[in-house]
Amino acid sequence: MPTTHDIDTGGKAPALEARGVSVFYGETHAVKGIDLAVPANKVVALVGPSGCGKSTLLRCFNRMNDLVTAARIEGTVGFRGKNLYDDDVDPVEVRRRIGMVFQKPNPFPKSIYDNIAFGPRINGFDGDLDALVEQSLRQAALWDEVNNRLNDSAYALSGGQQQRLCIARTLAVKPEVVLMDEPASALDPIATQRIEELIYELKKNYTIVIVTHNMQQAARISDYTAFLYMGELVEYGPTDTIFTNPREERTEEYVTGRFG
Amino acid sequence: MPGAEGPVGPRTDGGLGGGQRPRDRRRHILGDVFAVVCGAATLVGVVALAILLFDVVRDGVGQVDLAFLTSFASRFPERAGVKAALAGSVWILGLTALIAFPISVSAAIYLEEYAAQNWITRLIQLNIANLAGVPSIVYGILGLTVFVRALGLERSIISGALTLSLLILPVIIIAAQEAIRAVPDSIRQASYGLGATRWQTVSRQVLPMAMPGILTGTILALSRAVGETAPLIMVGAVGFIAFTPSGLGDQFTVLPLQIFNWISRPQDEFHVLAAAGILVLLALLLSMNAAAILLRNHYQKNRN
Ligand SMILES: Nc1ncnc2c1ncn2[C@@H]1O[C@H](COP(=O)(O)OP(=O)(O)OP(=O)(O)O)[C@@H](O)[C@H]1O
Ligand SMILES: [Mg+2]
Repeated sequence: MPTTHDIDTGGKAPALEARGVSVFYGETHAVKGIDLAVPANKVVALVGPSGCGKSTLLRCFNRMNDLVTAARIEGTVGFRGKNLYDDDVDPVEVRRRIGMVFQKPNPFPKSIYDNIAFGPRINGFDGDLDALVEQSLRQAALWDEVNNRLNDSAYALSGGQQQRLCIARTLAVKPEVVLMDEPASALDPIATQRIEELIYELKKNYTIVIVTHNMQQAARISDYTAFLYMGELVEYGPTDTIFTNPREERTEEYVTGRFG
Repeated sequence: MPGAEGPVGPRTDGGLGGGQRPRDRRRHILGDVFAVVCGAATLVGVVALAILLFDVVRDGVGQVDLAFLTSFASRFPERAGVKAALAGSVWILGLTALIAFPISVSAAIYLEEYAAQNWITRLIQLNIANLAGVPSIVYGILGLTVFVRALGLERSIISGALTLSLLILPVIIIAAQEAIRAVPDSIRQASYGLGATRWQTVSRQVLPMAMPGILTGTILALSRAVGETAPLIMVGAVGFIAFTPSGLGDQFTVLPLQIFNWISRPQDEFHVLAAAGILVLLALLLSMNAAAILLRNHYQKNRN
């Protein structure tokens, strides 16, 4: 079992650190004892064939698996010197600080403005909401397209715009880490490119973990890549290494598209 | 092979005239028969309703006027009206809605969003489904035992409203559960993902989205309640009353009971009054349904 996946975090403590994380769905052992450290202000890509446990592992990082009744989790996830699964940790607070963007755009059936404002409102934000909405939309590169119709329904936006709205919505609660589960898989190449540029920008202020099926995308946007196979972490390292000179044969076969 | 079994001769439809083949012909005939049967079944309902309406309107429409609405029942048909019954029905309806709606919606929220999926929940669920099918007279007996006697609420409006609330609780709970279940999980995940608590997710995302369905279910259930007679007789609604209720403890009558009362008299004049009473009841029902549609549109407009 691979245990050491040493990556250079530049002396900084990792933003997230999974230690021996296992997830069971009833009898299914979906994630098998994974150790993985996510360096701060970097983009980590999780790749691997369908069903290998990428989404499951991602959901461990902000306790979204708590909402899946069948799921049982073992191991620890370190975040700011604390284990996310300690008894005194409030999962609601975890999800506020570690945001999530989903595979399919899932805006609320409300106006564009209210979509962004929902997070700050429920978290008791008492500053200038208008300014926060604008700032979030700008960060998600959506402001110019929607600034004159903030009160229109979010459902009136295109799929790509909806996904950027979901990213803006996540940013509006000012998380420290953003988890993305195939955020561009439902989008066309141009919308995908916009999301990728956006991720590149966000890296300055956020730590990002992204699940993707698109190897070129992983190579383009990530600093580190983790290859999962049947619930195990086969290899984890700098994206360059994973794509050009991986240690494991299975990794090479997968990233070059010879199996999958 | 297209046309292998088809008629001999030039084809003008590019070989798509497959309906000519025996197998296809049988299929098409079956389809047509099915359409006719379904159409006829629909007609049964429509025709029955039309005959009923025609009959009632012919008999009663001349009777419905302001005097009819503002007079109490009387031994003299020319002076009798539905004032007490209409007021009683409206009171019962309003109270039943006030009691049943919050309880049912809370129960539905609990069952859908909070309860663990275990055998207790399944047992409760099964019971609710069964309760929805219990004959209304049984609720009347329950109301008599619990509200009228045990709780000492006497033969009053509140006893009637509580009894009818019990009657429609399961119906609203089931409708509300379905509406809540129809809210996509992706919405809940988005909400939780932003650091919302369960209550924030339910109250700000799930309930508003489910509200049109919940309201429709509620109003349909209330429409059933407004036509109920048997359970109200059990808890002491009276057939003849000459005042409108002014409080929860007052005696009361309701439209169906008044109608029944008039119908069961031998004189034709009273039968006309019954027809007029039916028209008033129908008007009440239709305005409730209209309210349901308006409310639903209101919520859906906010959504888009
Ligand atoms: N809610 C659940 N209940 C039961 N089993 C689940 C559940 N979610 C996932 N699984 C199982 O866990 C395993 C990993 O699933 P997961 O969704 O994490 O895979 P994935 O790598 O994200 O796949 P994909 O690339 O297709 O999204 C699969 O075998 C899947 O069937
Ligand atoms: Mg997945």
